[in-house]
Amino acid sequence: MKHQEAPLDPSLGSPPDPTLNAGPDQSRRAFLGIAAGATAAVVAPAFVLQAQAVGNPRAERVSDAHRWGLLVDTNRCVDGCRACVDACDQENGLDLQRKQPDQSEAEWDTQKAVWLRKVKLQDNLTGRVSNLPMMCQHCEHPPCVDVCPTGASFKRADGIVMVDRHTCIGCRYCMMACPYKARSFIHEVVEDQLTRVPRGKGCVESCNLCVSRRDQGLDSTACADACTALGHRAILFGDLKDPASAISQALRTMPSRQIREDLDLNTGVRYAGV
Amino acid sequence: MKRIVYSEWRMPSERYWGLLGILAAVVGLGGLAALHMEHNGHWVTGMSNAVVWGMPHIFAVMLILSASGALNIATIGTVFGKGAYKPLGRLSGLLASALLVGGLLILVLDLGRPDRLLVAITHYNFRSIFAWNIYLYTGFMVIVIAYLWSMADRMGGPFVKPIGIFAMVWRLALTAGTGSIFGFLVARQAFDTAFLAPMFVVMSFAYGLAIMLLVLMFTFDQEGRPLGHKLRGRLMNLLGTFVAGVLFLTVIYYLTKVYGAKNYELVSWVLFDGGIYSFMFWFGWILMGSLVPLGIIYHPVLSQDRNWIVAACALVILGGMASLYVIIIGSQAFPLQMFPGHTIIESGFFDGVNGEAASYWPTIPEVLLGLGGVGVAMLITAVGVRVLQFLPESLADADVLPDDLGHAAPELAGT
Amino acid sequence: MAIAVIRVSLVAVGLVWVLAAQTVLAGDAQRYVKPGSQAAHSAACVEETNFMRRNHMELIKHQRDSTVHHGIRSTKHSLAGCVNCHVSVSPEGQALAINGRDQFCGACHAFSAVDVNCFGCHANVPRGGLLSPAALAAHGDATAGARPSPGQFMSDTPGPATGRAGGQ
Repeated sequence: MKHQEAPLDPSLGSPPDPTLNAGPDQSRRAFLGIAAGATAAVVAPAFVLQAQAVGNPRAERVSDAHRWGLLVDTNRCVDGCRACVDACDQENGLDLQRKQPDQSEAEWDTQKAVWLRKVKLQDNLTGRVSNLPMMCQHCEHPPCVDVCPTGASFKRADGIVMVDRHTCIGCRYCMMACPYKARSFIHEVVEDQLTRVPRGKGCVESCNLCVSRRDQGLDSTACADACTALGHRAILFGDLKDPASAISQALRTMPSRQIREDLDLNTGVRYAGV
Repeated sequence: MKRIVYSEWRMPSERYWGLLGILAAVVGLGGLAALHMEHNGHWVTGMSNAVVWGMPHIFAVMLILSASGALNIATIGTVFGKGAYKPLGRLSGLLASALLVGGLLILVLDLGRPDRLLVAITHYNFRSIFAWNIYLYTGFMVIVIAYLWSMADRMGGPFVKPIGIFAMVWRLALTAGTGSIFGFLVARQAFDTAFLAPMFVVMSFAYGLAIMLLVLMFTFDQEGRPLGHKLRGRLMNLLGTFVAGVLFLTVIYYLTKVYGAKNYELVSWVLFDGGIYSFMFWFGWILMGSLVPLGIIYHPVLSQDRNWIVAACALVILGGMASLYVIIIGSQAFPLQMFPGHTIIESGFFDGVNGEAASYWPTIPEVLLGLGGVGVAMLITAVGVRVLQFLPESLADADVLPDDLGHAAPELAGT
Repeated sequence: MAIAVIRVSLVAVGLVWVLAAQTVLAGDAQRYVKPGSQAAHSAACVEETNFMRRNHMELIKHQRDSTVHHGIRSTKHSLAGCVNCHVSVSPEGQALAINGRDQFCGACHAFSAVDVNCFGCHANVPRGGLLSPAALAAHGDATAGARPSPGQFMSDTPGPATGRAGGQ
């Protein structure tokens, strides 16, 4: 898909909504609203995409009352389907990445950022084939957080493991430490990043469970939504600490495991059927 | 044993400036390479999301290990009281700090955001061995400078030994810490062992001494200062011991790895199916970096020949580069074992499809950046010995060895 | 003595220059707010103008930490808010990069010779919205509970039609 950018609504140059001129209070309120995405941009509607639909931007600190996670049912993950991958790329602006000039396609493929990937594996003994999406496993004890020299790699109170790009120095030690190859380094200058997903050259990044959705009050991820929309329903997103949540109930009833459970990282992403 | 007189390096001016010019050019090229990488991003390097640390890190780790190892000679002189090595203490300290600066510069300039060095200095995560190493490195610089002062200043005498002991402990921690940067990575099979810490310590002894010997022979020869055969022979024996030590630890390292079935594939890959990595292991690390130098060092005739000695030292260093190539890059290229007992047959992110290793080829900017770091180390050394009194006037056996040993044979200058 | 005089006069010249620059800056302030941007039609920024001029970086930095680490997105000091309000538009209706040398952030920072670091990572025009089209499509009304019921997962009864996420 194309990200909304331009051309803009022709009404841009026209006089704005009179309420904006009603005084500082009004304009402040208007700014607040826009900043929060709670109102449509009056002047530039195309800028803030249908922002009126946004729920409630978070006003309080995230707490450890929640722990977000995913459950992947590999039996339902369809061979050859990459809806979750595409959805992730679009959600986070990764589809805007372009191969650098004078660079081979093969080389670019090893250097571009991948937050979510499909993996197909076969049991050596039985020959059984499984498909699954791999992404940051959002460990309770993330090795990437342990090794980060500046503390840029951190775990939010609600269990989301992410990178503070303001303090990431690009040493890539977290990528050495991650058992899941979940992290990507931004190897090139980025100029067309999305407002909701800032990303730029020289920092490390990875799946953040669509954290901006969480902060706008939406309990979903792009990958899970895309999978559900196709009717595959192989990815379930939810709160691992809420016993009533769908994911908790599913985890209680069906056998599942962590990848590299030998490391005892207590991952937030669990897999069934593999 | 005579009183040791130190003096500045009085190599002829034109040759000296020529040397500085060459080093400055190497440093300049390294700087340009760093700018190029910084301006464009790391896509201009061969490093990728699979092999995240590449050629610059080989050079950097080599220099950092050598820095610690170069100080070994000073330690032997002051802590263990071997008088013959005492005259080398100052050069040992200078070289140690110069090599460390070179290595750290490479590391810093390879960062994705070298402009955020201030962040690295002001934000610490004390769970990170990497953050610990930042302290170990900066502390090392301070201690070495204090050490140099204590060795060079009249007032420093009483402090030489305590500072020397402290420096030795610190330096062992530093190399163990550097090894632990890799050893603490539980995710990767080839790392994930505390064994890398002592291994890096012994490696540092070997590489640091080899560099020290090369610098010593070069500076002394250029000026015709005498370097005793016995002393040189002792240093070579020491080098032989260290190289043999590395070889021994290498064997143990792979034996411990191969003891568990989960690592069969890893070891057979490194030793036989790893392509460039197997070649680097057998030809670079084992043959040219260990066996051939050992052969030279313990050969009755070759070990007396200056050119062969130089070759042995150079081979130890190049072999060290090869071993770091296998340890650092090979260990990343080997796919992560996420699904034991399974074969990955398709992946959107090169998860070792059918066991295939990630590919990595260093690019010119990376190599230039690494060489630039070496250039910085050599430049600091060259300037240091020229302007300050780091080099002893004579290391003739009669001057430095205890009398009963020193008189055995007259020394020839510069042989 | 002569040196001291020169030093003092240099400092004096510097002080005068700073004062002059401040005055010019204040006089030109209006110039930096681009006509056609949302901000041009507002009487004031989220804080008092002079305060913003001196302290915007502190506000943004404070907001940045609370957003990244604590998920707080409701406050008015967000960089996305700055860009949204201050971005201007070309005659062709194209949003102009806000850090361009003749744009709101870029012009003032060029004048004061301070490098802006923000836009190496942050979008310099509003792009893509605070929520993705996919998110909005999947949550037609965000206030409604977005969690699927446990029965939907892995059951064979199709869930509610939510539309192809992100498709266009």
